Amino acid sequence: MIKIFIAFVRKELYHILRDPRTLAILFGMPVALVLIFGYTVTNEFKDASVAILNEANDELSYQLIEHLTASGNLKLVTTVNTTAELEQAFRANEVKMGIVIPAGFEDDFFGQRKADVQLIADATEPNYATTLTSYAQQMIATFQQNKNGSSGARPYLVSTETRMFYNPQLEGAYNFVPGTVALILMLICAMMTSLTIAKEKETGTMDLLLVSPLPPIIIILGKVTPYAVLSFIDAIIILFLGYYLFDVPVRGSLVLLLALVLLYLLVALALGVLISTKAPTQQVAMMTSMFTLLMPTMLLSGFLFPIASMPHLLQYISRIIPAKYFIQIEQAIMLKAAGWDAVAFPTLILFIMLIVLLTGAWRNFQVVYK
Amino acid sequence: MQRLLYIIQKEFIQIFRNKAMLPMMTVVPIVQLIILSYAASNEVKDVRLAIVNEDHTASARLLIQKIEAADRFILVDFPASVAQGDEMLQTGEVDIVLTIPSQFEEHFYRDKKGNIQLLVNAINGQQASVGAAYLNIIIQSFNQELRSDLKMVSKGGLSPALINTPSSNWYNPDLNFKYFMAPGILGELVTILVMLLTAMNVVREREIGTIEQINVTPIKKWQFILGKLIPFLGIGLVLMTVGLTAAKLLFDIPMQGSLWIIFAYCVVNLSAVLGLGLFISNLSDTQQQALFTTFFFVIIFILMSGLFTPIESMPKWAQYLTIPNPIAHFVSVMRSVLLKGSNFWDVIYHFRVTVVLAVLFNTLAVLSYRKVE
Repeated sequence: MIKIFIAFVRKELYHILRDPRTLAILFGMPVALVLIFGYTVTNEFKDASVAILNEANDELSYQLIEHLTASGNLKLVTTVNTTAELEQAFRANEVKMGIVIPAGFEDDFFGQRKADVQLIADATEPNYATTLTSYAQQMIATFQQNKNGSSGARPYLVSTETRMFYNPQLEGAYNFVPGTVALILMLICAMMTSLTIAKEKETGTMDLLLVSPLPPIIIILGKVTPYAVLSFIDAIIILFLGYYLFDVPVRGSLVLLLALVLLYLLVALALGVLISTKAPTQQVAMMTSMFTLLMPTMLLSGFLFPIASMPHLLQYISRIIPAKYFIQIEQAIMLKAAGWDAVAFPTLILFIMLIVLLTGAWRNFQVVYK
Repeated sequence: MQRLLYIIQKEFIQIFRNKAMLPMMTVVPIVQLIILSYAASNEVKDVRLAIVNEDHTASARLLIQKIEAADRFILVDFPASVAQGDEMLQTGEVDIVLTIPSQFEEHFYRDKKGNIQLLVNAINGQQASVGAAYLNIIIQSFNQELRSDLKMVSKGGLSPALINTPSSNWYNPDLNFKYFMAPGILGELVTILVMLLTAMNVVREREIGTIEQINVTPIKKWQFILGKLIPFLGIGLVLMTVGLTAAKLLFDIPMQGSLWIIFAYCVVNLSAVLGLGLFISNLSDTQQQALFTTFFFVIIFILMSGLFTPIESMPKWAQYLTIPNPIAHFVSVMRSVLLKGSNFWDVIYHFRVTVVLAVLFNTLAVLSYRKVE
């Protein structure tokens, strides 16, 4: 039986590997994702475009502008004369923030010892607006300190000493590498398997396979094993790229990590099989996996957006997303160097999910083919 | 013309006959829109906090009160030692451990310097720095309060010159994330759905063999392509209308600009996307191939569209790569017109680029369609 099974897997594997395009996507997709996340997906801001409305036109205001643009993070794109012009620049997406320096800025500053510089942010993008405003506020505060010099008594100060644990450089990669592994495994294992089996059904070849002397379970296993192998290789590629390009370490046990990658991979495969037992055509299988697997894995696993900030209903839904637990496991082992005891709970949950999904898939399968 | 109408009719019959696909094309995207708009928020709230208080003075209590009053934090526990706090960080029970060291108050009044420690779980760098920043704002205002108490006691000399920086947030003063996400997500969903459906369409006919029947009819290439395009364009527009209505009813998203611009742009954009979908379909031998090729593009399109992270923050070379990305233009037009009330001339750039893309992709689609194999 084992021999037949291996032969069957080999045939399926050849079938996949023969098509260069599928192959390119199987291995190109993870590489592309890691590179995109690593190099382009960032919430930091650089070169934010800024408009300045300078009603003062005095020496101090030029010094302030010089100070603001010297850092390189703010890019002075245009000088406007009225707030209406500023609004126009916002609407045409030319600038993200306007800095208004009021008339008599220098006199106010040295005379009344108090001056107002107004910051107007395009808040369609809330986080960007907040970060940009607080950055400009900080820059203006240091400008003010420079101007005041070292005169004045030392104030009473509460200073904070902040230590960033597990990721002192605040590298985005520490977050996206585990997330990408979770995403790719779900994508390839679950979507690919759901499609392959649905394809056999759609073209009618499933019936042919089922009347063959092979037991159905071997057929299903034979169909999914190649994808399991390929996606396991993908996981290793991602971890490898993460380590060499973005310095994401595996501080804990690599063996434990890979063992749990295998468990998560089985959960994904079970999901794929479950979907394909229900879906009559490839199109339906595709839409189902896309909307019930891919999107939730990207959005509700805590990978892109913090779960704690979601409404309670979505927080509950996030508890049935396998990727959420898998990402916890990965982060614990890779970044916190945690051992078995720290990952026991999420592992148990994944294991229960696996049992439930397999039972469901098996039931469906029997309903359809008995 | 007659032939074109027939083929459009045929496509519609095929679409409506497929009972499984109809809800997929209508209900699912709307549900998506709703869920995504709620989920896709970069807001940082409910930061779980543990406070190690080694000082037990009035000042320490004041700080704790201030933190408890802020709604961004959940105070989980007061561990007895820093080591215990560390452990809570390790197990993921808390996100931040704040330590008020012993003799904090004494140091503050005697040495004019009190020190507070924050230990932050920084695996997600952005969340960590935003969370720590919120905490720092509270600590700063606590500091101000202590200082103003002191001022009442001792009259200070001349105060240093000050620059006030009042800030205002235009177009979205409450910093509502749904206003920002919903229009972008809608643009993205419409694009993806249409692109996937068309990409799998021609190849499906080829896979199940019905393409042979079309090949023996006297229909022309361009009629065939148009006949495939128009129904999906219609579906995209319907989805857009339903999605906009849902977004208005549920999230009350602002509609500052003209909806005509939105729909006009939608037509142009969908034409481009349909062309790309058909092109992929023509080049694929199986639905699976078509699907994965589309997927490859869609994922790159989404991540580099400015939907979740700003395009301005990308490196220059990546910003150029967003030019042929239809989703990036769609997201930008939706946000500008709906939230800021941009007019046609403000977004003309996106129209121009997308028209070029539409012509390019559709030409490729017509050229690559081999009627006779």
